[in-house]
Amino acid sequence: MAATPLLELSGINKGFGPVQVLHDVSLSVYPGEVTALVGDNGAGKSTMVKCISGIYQIDSGTVTFEGNQVAIHTPSDASTLGIEVVYQDLALCDNLDVVQNMFLGREKKRGIVLDEPTMEQMAGDALASLSVRTLKSLRQLVASLSGGQRQTVAIAKAVLWNSKVVILDEPTAALGVAQTAQVLELVRRLADNGLGVVLISHNMNDVFAVSDRIAALYLGRMAAQVKTTDVTHSQVVELITAGRSGNLGLPPEKPAAELGGDVVDITPGGEK
Amino acid sequence: MTTTTTTTAGGVKVVKPTVASYINDYWSRVRGGDLGGLPAILGLVVLSLIFAIARDTFISGLNFANLFNQGAIYIFIAMGLIFVLLLGEIDLSAGYTSGVCGAVVAILLTNHGWEWYTAIPVALITGMVIGFVLGFLVAKIGIPSFVVTLAAFLGFQGLLLVLLGGGTNISTRNEFFNSLNNDNLPVSWSWILTILAIVGYAGAQLNQVRSRAKRGLVTDPMGIVAMRVGGLAVLLIVATSILTQERAINPAINSLKGVPIVVPIIGFFLVLWTFVLGRTSYGRHVYAVGGNTEAARRAGIPVDRIRISVFVIGSFMASIGGIMAVSRASSVDPNTGGSNILLYSVGAAVIGGTSLFGGKGKVINAVIGGAVIAVIDNGMGLMGFSSGTKFIVTGLILLVAASVDALARRRAAATGNR
Repeated sequence: MAATPLLELSGINKGFGPVQVLHDVSLSVYPGEVTALVGDNGAGKSTMVKCISGIYQIDSGTVTFEGNQVAIHTPSDASTLGIEVVYQDLALCDNLDVVQNMFLGREKKRGIVLDEPTMEQMAGDALASLSVRTLKSLRQLVASLSGGQRQTVAIAKAVLWNSKVVILDEPTAALGVAQTAQVLELVRRLADNGLGVVLISHNMNDVFAVSDRIAALYLGRMAAQVKTTDVTHSQVVELITAGRSGNLGLPPEKPAAELGGDVVDITPGGEK
Repeated sequence: MTTTTTTTAGGVKVVKPTVASYINDYWSRVRGGDLGGLPAILGLVVLSLIFAIARDTFISGLNFANLFNQGAIYIFIAMGLIFVLLLGEIDLSAGYTSGVCGAVVAILLTNHGWEWYTAIPVALITGMVIGFVLGFLVAKIGIPSFVVTLAAFLGFQGLLLVLLGGGTNISTRNEFFNSLNNDNLPVSWSWILTILAIVGYAGAQLNQVRSRAKRGLVTDPMGIVAMRVGGLAVLLIVATSILTQERAINPAINSLKGVPIVVPIIGFFLVLWTFVLGRTSYGRHVYAVGGNTEAARRAGIPVDRIRISVFVIGSFMASIGGIMAVSRASSVDPNTGGSNILLYSVGAAVIGGTSLFGGKGKVINAVIGGAVIAVIDNGMGLMGFSSGTKFIVTGLILLVAASVDALARRRAAATGNR
């Protein structure tokens, strides 16, 4: 896995007024892999996603995409690069059907007329590439879909645009057991299709089920980014709750490696 | 038509519907709370039967033509209101907006001696400016539309009085203008337009089936397409043949036959706005903003601009309603666009099946609902009921329509349709 990261963040800082939310955060997303982004509530996961998707602007730090340094100022910058975010509330319109939702805001047109056949075909292809077989019809209203089916539509919407990085915010939070399994399978398939996937989740079972790497945020700092196979369940929980686990995590590794003494006085226990 | 073939729409296995399965699907959607214009159509049929049995004159050709002229004003205003209602907003000032625009056109025609082709555009632009101001206040300043348009309701009532110099009645004498909502097309043109409408509809339907079939996508069964085209053809041909009969009481003095001129105008706007809502990305965005504003915003849809635009369309259609009202009466007075016009128009949209909760409705709803309102108004008038009784009955029917909408939503929520 020595591939170059598709998306690489380094030294990202972001604050809102006096509150510093992200401190020198780094994250690498590799193509064909699922990177799980974990952390407790308030650790900065959402802020980080919003920085990547262009809703927030970073204060300092660099974003590298496919080897080139890029600046993401607006959500459309992000989607131009090929970064799509599936938000927790999915952002689907109940009164529109599956195809209409997938193309919302980016409709295909012939002249001024909507090109429905092309859109329906593209939507069908996108769903087929994810081996989705749970939808009865592409012309079903989203209102009539189950939670898992909605999630599927939202994810398929994200892959429709030849996107390279898909960020999923808590995709299984509201789902039952069977539907969770379906969605996780879908997440895995996204990565198998060569996309870089970032999965935000609170559920350790989900994280271990599909992810290749785990990035743990702790109070706005990247506690560790490790391969899933190298850590155990409890180590990840410790990283989330305490910021370190054995020789993994914040104080022993990071200051020595790259940041010098700057971070030493902000060990979790030592913070004022 | 009986075999069930399975086609793949880009990998998703879909069963090609037969006529029977299509009807089954439709019925289960209706049972699931997706009623559309069905209650209004049923209501229209029932009411027409009741009035037809009670009064022979109700089904006379003369009265049939009257229905169109009477209903046209509500239908035009309701068409515009549907855009506003689709966003879950309301325009209470649409009635007096139509009055103000009607006054503008009458003043230009009569007091300033303008021609109809210059006076009408000025009235239409007046309507659009009014709509822009209303929409701007709602979208950019953030005042609830109820309050903005309530203020405008009072304000325009006053403006109308001021324009008319404190309550004079201005009559219009421009022949073409007065003919718009009074006179009929020649019989030949009535038939030509009827045939054009049927051929156009059939062509559009077949074209859709063909372009979908070419891509291997699921199409509506041909039987259903034939039923739709056939149904429309029968309806239009029967209506046209009734309307092209001589219906004057004394034909020797003044012959009355042909489709009212206002009918093709209604048809034009019905096609135009149905096309805009159903086939353009603008229309798609209107539904999206009405369904889930936040999702629309994240999809990059300019929500504020859409919100302003629906008020512009709403007031534009109100100005056409106003023009038709003035044409019908051949005059304008301080009550034009007042009294029950607004409530009847909102009623037409809601009775036709437009949801007051936003996100659901079609332009055809305005036509069906407007027809129901016109039938009640006209039929009860013929039966000699007082205005008071008419208002009570119309109010009750509006209440029934709103309850149907609310209950259908609950039903839909229960069956997972919403």
